[in-house]
Amino acid sequence: MEKIPNQKAWLLVLPVFAIVAFSAVIPLMTVVNYSVQDTFGNNKFFWNGVGWYQELLDPSTELGGRFFASLWRNLAFSGAVLAIQIPLGIIVALAMPREGWGVAFSLVVLALPLLIPWNVVGTIWQIFGRSDIGLMGWGLNRLGFDYNYVANPIDAWLTIIIMDVWHWSSLVALLCYAGLKSIPEAYYQAASIDGASRWAVFTAIQLPKMRHVLVIAILLRFMDSFMIYTEPFVVTGGGPGNSTTFLSIELVKLALGQFDLGKAAAMSIVYMLIIIIVCWVFFTVMTNAGADRKGAGGER
Amino acid sequence: MMYAIPGRHAILALFLIFLLLPIYWLVNMSFKTNVEITSTMTLWPERPTFDNYRVIFTDASWYSGYINSLKYVVINTILSISVALPAAYAFSRYRFMGDKHLFFWLLSNRMAPAAVFALPFFNLYSAIGLFDTPWAVALAHCLFNIPLAVWILEGFISSVPREIDETAFLDGYSFPRFFVKILMPLIASGIGVAAFFCFMFSWVELLLARTLTSVNAKPIAATMTRTVSAAGMDWGVLAAAGTLTILPGAIVIWYVRNYIARGFALGRV
Repeated sequence: MEKIPNQKAWLLVLPVFAIVAFSAVIPLMTVVNYSVQDTFGNNKFFWNGVGWYQELLDPSTELGGRFFASLWRNLAFSGAVLAIQIPLGIIVALAMPREGWGVAFSLVVLALPLLIPWNVVGTIWQIFGRSDIGLMGWGLNRLGFDYNYVANPIDAWLTIIIMDVWHWSSLVALLCYAGLKSIPEAYYQAASIDGASRWAVFTAIQLPKMRHVLVIAILLRFMDSFMIYTEPFVVTGGGPGNSTTFLSIELVKLALGQFDLGKAAAMSIVYMLIIIIVCWVFFTVMTNAGADRKGAGGER
Repeated sequence: MMYAIPGRHAILALFLIFLLLPIYWLVNMSFKTNVEITSTMTLWPERPTFDNYRVIFTDASWYSGYINSLKYVVINTILSISVALPAAYAFSRYRFMGDKHLFFWLLSNRMAPAAVFALPFFNLYSAIGLFDTPWAVALAHCLFNIPLAVWILEGFISSVPREIDETAFLDGYSFPRFFVKILMPLIASGIGVAAFFCFMFSWVELLLARTLTSVNAKPIAATMTRTVSAAGMDWGVLAAAGTLTILPGAIVIWYVRNYIARGFALGRV
């Protein structure tokens, strides 16, 4: 559909622009402002230039060391949850019933974890994983595994990854299910006339049709897992040691715990830039790949 | 059937059990006494008790937490949808100066970590006197909900043929009347989906909600940290409070379940 050039459309966008500018630009300017200044208290600020950034990006300093450690941890975490959730979500979506009472039931159960407040998600898993009062922790210990997420970093990581899979796989599944539902029945009939295998149906029909929702799912999951704060904070508090201290936890420690405004602000800016760049690159690559296929014919 | 994958019933059943198991454990615990929780491992409360729930419903500092949370969630949902609707229409129908940049800028706010904004928001809302009111949290949550609502609604409005707009204007409809009488009913399921997502993300967020409130507007999620007392954890009350925070979500899902299935399929999300 061709869009009509019309500058008056700005009037329609104005309320959104005003509210988002109020709650995004003003705080962001504060952050930028802090990131180039230093303070010795008493609300007196001194120009510090790019000092904080230099310190932040140099792994040999204390700040840089903390930043890079939590950055790698967070990247590993995001990679792990994406690698589990995307295939799992696709499989669950493929396994969903197409009609009958099972659809409504499955949708409600799938959506349930998504609507639980994040700290309650943390609480649920904190309880569930405890070896004294939690079903999972107690069961694992009964089966002979020495499982204790409070003391053992590997157990802590496993707990947090399983928790995130529990919490968010449904989102991927729901999105993929929506993508699958939009495939006309005629496609399947054509495939069965051609004698296509199950795998061929998946790669030639279902996967291309899900591409659009998969882009959304991967973007949302990357962003949210990269910003994760509340759930690991409740379950492990970033420990044992620093083994589950992800970027947001480190940042809140700096900003609200130590009130190290300059360092926290510099870290905020770098943190946001990483997310925006990754998402932009991914989005551009995926949409360009889509445009190429569209040009070659057939897509959509 | 071409659609079926091998073992699909088993896969789905296992996954749903995996989703329900931790929730079952929480609900199970909420009906136990603290003695039973810490001393034995029972799959079912031996002596079911409502004491944990009674604590929450009789103590104002507990139940006001729920009211506070619902307040800012409702304000945020209404605000987000009502400003996002015209904007989504503009993005869907018109080309105007800077439209693409504006759209990406909006979406980039969805990518901003809440942790980055916690401190500046605290300063900002303290300065304008909104600190510790539901409005502060509602406005702060607009940061990620408005972009999302615009994104979802734009997809739904784009699936409405433009001929409908043109016919309505030829019939003498004014723009506001066309918008309310014709366009909004057509994209009702889209509004439902967008409202669902706004409700969801505002209800589950804690970091900003906790930073921007202290006493009067304290959300339930923050109240829950109280159960750690000198006498140790009050697990039963914690589990009961957790169970009660799941309920609003479950009710919303139940009412929108058909919308969601249809809405998901129609729009872009």
